[in-house]
Amino acid sequence: MTDDSILPDSARHFLERLRSAQPPATPLPELPVTGPWLTFDNAAERFQAMTEAVGGRCLFVADAAAAEAALEELPAWSRAATRCSLVANIGSSTFDPAAVDDPHELQHTDFAVLPGEFGVAENGAVWVTDEQVPHRALFFLPQHIALVIPAEQIVHNLHEAYDRLRPQDHRFGAFISGPSKTADIEQSLVIGAHGARSLTVLAVQNRF
Amino acid sequence: MDHSVLARRFVSDRDRAAWHDRALWFVREKRDRQADDIPEWERLRETASAIKQHTMSRLADYLEAFARHAQARGVQVHWARDAAAHNRIVHTILKRHDVRRIVKSKSMLTEECGLNPYLEERGIVVTDTDLGERIVQLRQEAPSHIVLPAIHIRKEEVGDLFHRHLGTEAGESDPARLTEAARRHLRQEFLSADAGITGVNFAVAETGGFVVCTNEGNADLGTSLPNLHIACMGMEKLVPRTQDLAVFLRLLARSATGQPITTYSTHFHGPRPGAELHVVIVDNGRSRILQSESFRRSLNCIRCGACMNTCPVFRRSGGHSYESTVPGPIGSILAPARSPHRHHSLPFACSLCGSCTDICPVKIDLHHELYTMRSVLDQQGALSRRKKLAMTITSHILQRPWLYRTAGRLLRLGLRRLPRFLLYTPLNAWGRQREMPPGPRRAFRDLYRRQPKDR
Repeated sequence: MTDDSILPDSARHFLERLRSAQPPATPLPELPVTGPWLTFDNAAERFQAMTEAVGGRCLFVADAAAAEAALEELPAWSRAATRCSLVANIGSSTFDPAAVDDPHELQHTDFAVLPGEFGVAENGAVWVTDEQVPHRALFFLPQHIALVIPAEQIVHNLHEAYDRLRPQDHRFGAFISGPSKTADIEQSLVIGAHGARSLTVLAVQNRF
Repeated sequence: MDHSVLARRFVSDRDRAAWHDRALWFVREKRDRQADDIPEWERLRETASAIKQHTMSRLADYLEAFARHAQARGVQVHWARDAAAHNRIVHTILKRHDVRRIVKSKSMLTEECGLNPYLEERGIVVTDTDLGERIVQLRQEAPSHIVLPAIHIRKEEVGDLFHRHLGTEAGESDPARLTEAARRHLRQEFLSADAGITGVNFAVAETGGFVVCTNEGNADLGTSLPNLHIACMGMEKLVPRTQDLAVFLRLLARSATGQPITTYSTHFHGPRPGAELHVVIVDNGRSRILQSESFRRSLNCIRCGACMNTCPVFRRSGGHSYESTVPGPIGSILAPARSPHRHHSLPFACSLCGSCTDICPVKIDLHHELYTMRSVLDQQGALSRRKKLAMTITSHILQRPWLYRTAGRLLRLGLRRLPRFLLYTPLNAWGRQREMPPGPRRAFRDLYRRQPKDR
């Protein structure tokens, strides 16, 4: 199995030592997608509750216009001097992130509206990738972010989530659950550690 | 130094020891609420344990597959036999890029390898970016807990520290304002860093990708700005399939801090356009542990820290008393497995209560391994002379019923008759913090023998 032309000596020695240390084989358990795992009567409701439990906000809105209106009501958005949106018809941009070469230039971004693929009800996480986002720093550097997901795209748990996503199709993909936080000083929860100080999920019912 | 000696120092400050105990128990209770929320929790634990055991039994094949897939995605993979090789590899990469400043997110592996001092000696500025790790770095000490590095420090002390280093107001001890000061300070570090170093929580053999979990977003800022990312991973971090991540991500944060998932669970499959991504795979004694039938399950560990939060000894003695990068129950196996003579006292810092085994999300048989480790250390001649002598005498007595009865009789008599100064000598460790009970007149076996037969 070892292809000497690809693996360097250090790897071959490493693996040889390892092979002689390995215990007898044990089976790999099957992982069903459904059956044993937690589901909810109302996944959307649970997703909303969990997003709030992890310090975020989740708004279900009818369409893009309603999402836009909900955004306008957020003080962090209306106050934002430097902002951008990578979601069609929701929000507006004061600059074009695609025209930025160096992600360091994004450091003054106050608010970014970004696409998410789907939500996970059990933990309030949203799956995001770099597909329509030119710099992954946009998920972490702005002071505030909003993630826009189609309202019907909410799975019950992580097993269902991994069943539908192929993380290897993107150099970057992440579950983001709520705003950045820390409890490293005396276990006191503080929102806004390094990343976004607030995270709003806009779950849009009729996307187009 | 023996754990008991360092623990004595820790408990001599009673208020702090009690506060530390409560702080960790609070985290343990949060974990319980999360675990109770998942009806299939036990099934998840069993699945996780089986996946890890299977992976360990074919680790070389899986690592090879991981490396192949990662390389195909443009990731440069390196292999380090030990800590020295790991540090050398990391430094060589940094030197090639002429790196002066790096930002690091939490990685117990780089702590284990002593990467920070190694790089600092070579003129590289290393900034730990996890808030807790930054606090202990500014204090020039090691983390006392793998998930909560600054759990031993009071907010007033953080206030003093930040006043000196970050210019916050004297006497400021509000966690929100202190965190805000750290945010501003560390943003500058992120923006001026030439490279980011992270650990790896899980690597996936079938895709060549890996996952890093944080709550603060520090690993993400550290890797989305500079053009060089080095991920350092212990070889046991592998899982075979993408879908296995579901099992482990469901268990990790719930067990660690009582959250349903960490804020950021980032999947890396290749470098950013124009950037470089390196993965350094490290053995450093792990293959030796893998060989041992008694201890190999300790490699299942996903570093959630739950065993520390629940351990009655850890909560009351503090992480520093273990003098090991990974302290607590799991550290008391890993550390002496690697350096028996240096860490011989750790498996004895345990009452064998089994709470760690009950709580471990990957079902490591912790207290059984701790018990086994004691005799292994004895066989290796790693026990202190005093402990060895005490063990030899005890074993001698317990093997001879007549001697055991005689010793018991003498002890009961002694407890009743001997003057205090003879009872409470430095030799009597039991009498140090407590009053000895009055010696009963009869032994249990006498009482048992005399009870009416018909009952």
